[in-house]
Amino acid sequence: MLYDSTKCIGCKACMGACNAANELELDTEASGGLWHTPLDLNEHAKNIIKLYQDESTGEHAYVKRQCMHCLDPACATACMLGAYAKREHGIVTYEPDYCIGCRYCEMACPFGVPKFEWSKLAPKMVKCELCKHRIAEGKGPACCEVCPVGAVIFGQREDLLAEAHKRLEDDPERYVPKVYGEHEAGGTQVLYLAGVEFEKLGLPAYGDEPVPGTVRTVQHAIYQGFVAPVALYVGLAAAMLRNRFANEADREEHQ
Amino acid sequence: MSAHAPAHPRPKRWWTPTKEAAQYAPPVPLGGPYFGWPLLVLLALAALGGALIVWRFAAGLGATTALNDGYPWGLWIAFDVVTGTALACGGYAIAILCYVLNRGKYHPLVRPAILTSAFGYSIAALFVMLDVGRPWLIWKVPLFFWHWNRHSVLLEVALCIMGYAIVSWIEISPAFFERMMHSKRPTIRAVGERGLSLVQGFLLWIVALGVLLPMMHQSSLGSLLLLSGPRLDPLWNTPLLPLLFLISCVGMGFGATVLESVLSSWLLEHEPKRPMLSSLGRAMVPVVGVYLAIRIGDLVRRDQLGALFALDGASILSLVELALFVLGAGLLVTERQRADLGNLFRAAIVLLVAGALYRFDVFLVAFRPGSHWHYFPSVTEILITVGLVAAEIAGYVLLIRFFPILSAGRHAAPAR
Ligand code: SF4
Ligand code: SF4
Ligand code: SF4
Repeated sequence: MLYDSTKCIGCKACMGACNAANELELDTEASGGLWHTPLDLNEHAKNIIKLYQDESTGEHAYVKRQCMHCLDPACATACMLGAYAKREHGIVTYEPDYCIGCRYCEMACPFGVPKFEWSKLAPKMVKCELCKHRIAEGKGPACCEVCPVGAVIFGQREDLLAEAHKRLEDDPERYVPKVYGEHEAGGTQVLYLAGVEFEKLGLPAYGDEPVPGTVRTVQHAIYQGFVAPVALYVGLAAAMLRNRFANEADREEHQ
Repeated sequence: MSAHAPAHPRPKRWWTPTKEAAQYAPPVPLGGPYFGWPLLVLLALAALGGALIVWRFAAGLGATTALNDGYPWGLWIAFDVVTGTALACGGYAIAILCYVLNRGKYHPLVRPAILTSAFGYSIAALFVMLDVGRPWLIWKVPLFFWHWNRHSVLLEVALCIMGYAIVSWIEISPAFFERMMHSKRPTIRAVGERGLSLVQGFLLWIVALGVLLPMMHQSSLGSLLLLSGPRLDPLWNTPLLPLLFLISCVGMGFGATVLESVLSSWLLEHEPKRPMLSSLGRAMVPVVGVYLAIRIGDLVRRDQLGALFALDGASILSLVELALFVLGAGLLVTERQRADLGNLFRAAIVLLVAGALYRFDVFLVAFRPGSHWHYFPSVTEILITVGLVAAEIAGYVLLIRFFPILSAGRHAAPAR
């Protein structure tokens, strides 16, 4: 998915389409029951259009937020039984049968994407799964299909990357010279173009290292394929056995 | 009930303590009074907590807690699971001293410390059940091994906590079997004897596991937050989190053991084990020293000294943290300081608070989900925590009265 903030007109058609395609209830709390007005991604919103505005300079831009479908997803690294995992087409999908609702994925995701159904007694996690059910039917994601100006388009990552770089080249004035998601946090399958700095749109300046990199290095150093804990266990038991025999011998000597 | 002297020949023991340890009287049940008013207060708090737990399951997490999509983990994880298990590391720390390092003089501390671990870890496991949104699937975590995500630090933590909760009860089970052997009923006596000799057969392997598991997951509790690295305040965000968590939990385990021994000797009027406690105190000084060296060295290496002295919220909390560690160790430097029981007690408390604050800071303060998110625990979260801690203390007091856990230098005070 490639989202071009400079094209987006903020009509929010994609938000409605997303809720319809995913059979999500509408969040009308902030509008007093009138419209779907989530304040952030939440259990009723897998997709949101936000407005960035600087009153003093008049600078403004829309930004669409949903799961980034990271190439090396932190949420999937976190999840104990792999409820969140990268599956077909690299989509990070969710299998509630293996989710115990620990919310570690929420702690881990650097983009604050997975949300929890706080209001339910049998809660699940909620996040964009790139309309996997529509893709299985040969259709595209609902948000891309409904967008009236083509601000968000669907395709293979390489094609979208090429398209993004082409737009940067064709119209360098229009854009911040970067495709967000090409390298950030190890790269994401959702890519962004924008006319204002990405950080202002809530897309932080993460390094190129995948987020799970550190924890994998550290855990690997400590555990080394489980050899270390087993060796430690044997060592501990051996030390204890030796101490026991030494104490026994010591006792007998003095009896 | 009076203290029992062992009337039967003991079955072969799994462990032969050093001669030093043999000088101490074997543990005995403390005896009554069983239901004083402090216990009733504790039980009342526990009952309130229990009622609120029912409400938690009836109304859901959103209605009963202050948790939200910015702070999906709150008091229950940061205090009851992460800090609680560190406080319960006494059993682990004492087991290392006694069995791995063969310091027999600490032998009388083993049972009370292991009992604390058993309670602490069981309560932590309970809190995990309360905190997760889909607890009816939790049985899949240990059993669906073909679904295990071997990169998941939480999986390792969960398995170790479950494992150690079971291991620590097995470690303390000889106390229950010994008590059964003094029963008036021959069948219970037989069960006790059977049970004891059975457990003795493999206890060494269990105790070794009881050292390994906390070592693994106490460090992993720190690793948990490595995945949140991008959203963690740089003052706390370091790949050394697991090492810092591991070292500080050893300090907290010692602290908890000292605290518990001093408290139980004051409250229950038996002789405090002063020399034992003061040498424990001495062991804490290098532990805290290593911790501080790594913590400060890491801040220097990552160029965070500026942030440390910036005197904003995060900097002040880090400085308080460091000051508490320094103060705690500072109270234990000289022989004279350590001979004073009150001073030992204060040092233990300071070190416990220091370790707890460090854990809170990492899990709740350092974590920055965005400025529009806020979290302060709800009354329900707090009261359930209070209730379960009260239940833990009540259970502990009852068990040391009924079962041979404590061993005084001399036999316990006769029953009143
Ligand atoms: S954006 Fe978050 S939820 Fe989506 S794949 Fe990446 S880590 Fe997972
Ligand atoms: S809440 Fe569910 S999906 Fe998220 S990490 Fe826990 S088990 Fe996995
Ligand atoms: S891909 Fe589907 S689920 Fe994801 S934001 Fe678009 S419409 Fe919503």
